[in-house]
Amino acid sequence: MIVLEAEALTRRFGELTAVDGLTISVESGEVFGLLGPNGAGKTTVIKMLTTLLPPTSGNALVAGFDIIHHPSEVRRVIGYVPQLVSADGALTGYENLLIFAKLYDIPRSERESRVREALEFMGLTEAGDKLVRNYSGGMIRRLEIAQSMLHRPTVLFLDESTMGLDPVARKGVWEHIERLRADYGTTIFLTTHDMEEADGMCSRVAIMHLGKVVAVGTPAQLKASLDENGATLDDVFVHYAGYVLESGGTYREVSRTRRVARRLG
Amino acid sequence: MRFQEREESRGGLVDLPQTRRVNPLTVVASFVAKTFTIAELEARKLHHDSTELITRAVQPALWLLVFGEVLARVRAIPTGELSYLDFMAPGILAQSVLFIAIFYGIAVIWERDLGILHKFLASPTPRAALVLGKALSAAERALVQAIIIYLLALLLGVRLNWTVPALIGVLAVVLLGSALFSTFSLIIACLVKTRERFMGIGQVLTMPLFFASNAIYPIAIMPTWLQVISQINPLTYQVDALRLLMVTGGTTVYGLAVDVGVLLAVTTLMVVLAARLYPRVII
Repeated sequence: MIVLEAEALTRRFGELTAVDGLTISVESGEVFGLLGPNGAGKTTVIKMLTTLLPPTSGNALVAGFDIIHHPSEVRRVIGYVPQLVSADGALTGYENLLIFAKLYDIPRSERESRVREALEFMGLTEAGDKLVRNYSGGMIRRLEIAQSMLHRPTVLFLDESTMGLDPVARKGVWEHIERLRADYGTTIFLTTHDMEEADGMCSRVAIMHLGKVVAVGTPAQLKASLDENGATLDDVFVHYAGYVLESGGTYREVSRTRRVARRLG
Repeated sequence: MRFQEREESRGGLVDLPQTRRVNPLTVVASFVAKTFTIAELEARKLHHDSTELITRAVQPALWLLVFGEVLARVRAIPTGELSYLDFMAPGILAQSVLFIAIFYGIAVIWERDLGILHKFLASPTPRAALVLGKALSAAERALVQAIIIYLLALLLGVRLNWTVPALIGVLAVVLLGSALFSTFSLIIACLVKTRERFMGIGQVLTMPLFFASNAIYPIAIMPTWLQVISQINPLTYQVDALRLLMVTGGTTVYGLAVDVGVLLAVTTLMVVLAARLYPRVII
């Protein structure tokens, strides 16, 4: 069953076409990865699908709701972990979850138990009453995922959720995302520029380059589509997107990315 | 640990939540609850770290102690029946509320830079509730200021009006003034989007707002052009109301109804505007 469908989704910023006619569909229970270098338009796609940014043209259905005409219905059924750090450092982990439990209309009688469950699911029970500014990067990410899962969303959007994490923390986050999918059947839509992450986690990936999707398929299909033995997803990427010289994004993006990395590291 | 057993049906589009039947009362209740949730967040932060509240109290203390004491001796400013300190104390209360509120927008830019704001905007919280919640958050800080200024005023011998209706009135006017200027600040934040530009504009705005008002001298002694500016400055109406309510024998120039009316109208306008602009801060 299709749970997310984008049709010719396009976003321009002045002269620049950040996302150019994106058409994809995602099945329920999939882990779908949007793959591309910095500046390929991945975050813009996520911002449109999460109703933060209106598309210039085109449309998308998320869990059956149209992102342009029914944004508030969309917001009820999605979870979203932004690329930047979104947990509040001046509050405890428990408080971060409690506030979101309230904003997502979780009934008062269930709030406490859901927050405790979410802390336990993400392995944060002991850290629950500590201020988040004292958490490690991996813990912050797990807390943010817990926040976005409190209301059991149909689709969970993860934007570069492991960027800036060390390999151990990164693996911890992967395991928890995989358990979310396995235990709750949540459809996961993630962006990454990490080929290993895409290969290991995603049931399907779309490769994005300069605002366009240049290839879609399972990691295995994409690798097989190249006529070389032992092709990696890196090779696939190079094949479809051409060599991408270190683009690295704008000054503002770079400074943000580094800030996030510093905060999480 | 499983989240709950409802999951089988949650996997796909099977049990799509139908566009719900909307009961206006539920909508209002939910709106108010979410507004208070945003304000609760601020209260919890202040509870964890309240040092800022103390340092914020230094400036009004200096105004009352230094400026107030000196001008009271000069007797250059006609303040009618009131002593100069009695005249000035409501002005300083309004000023310190203004100074906190006008820089409140920077918190939003900060949250935007972090990514916290993105998550709030992607949640089913009405934009107006986010804005009003922020206004209440600023008001929480303002209330702490009000308490400190009352203590200072008491020490300096200002003849405060301790009757309950007067205190409730002061509370309401402080809340309203704080909501007004913090929402104004939020609007600026949504437009300028960076901390540097915001700080610049904040600095430029505070002094004219303060001096082109009746906070530390009556409007009647100003040149005409400044009187006009003062009369469109909402701070003037906040001070006017406070001057009636805060001190014994206090008077008002415009009348309490006009003061509160102006403050309410401008605040409503600001909230509506800010709610429209708020999503733009992340683009």
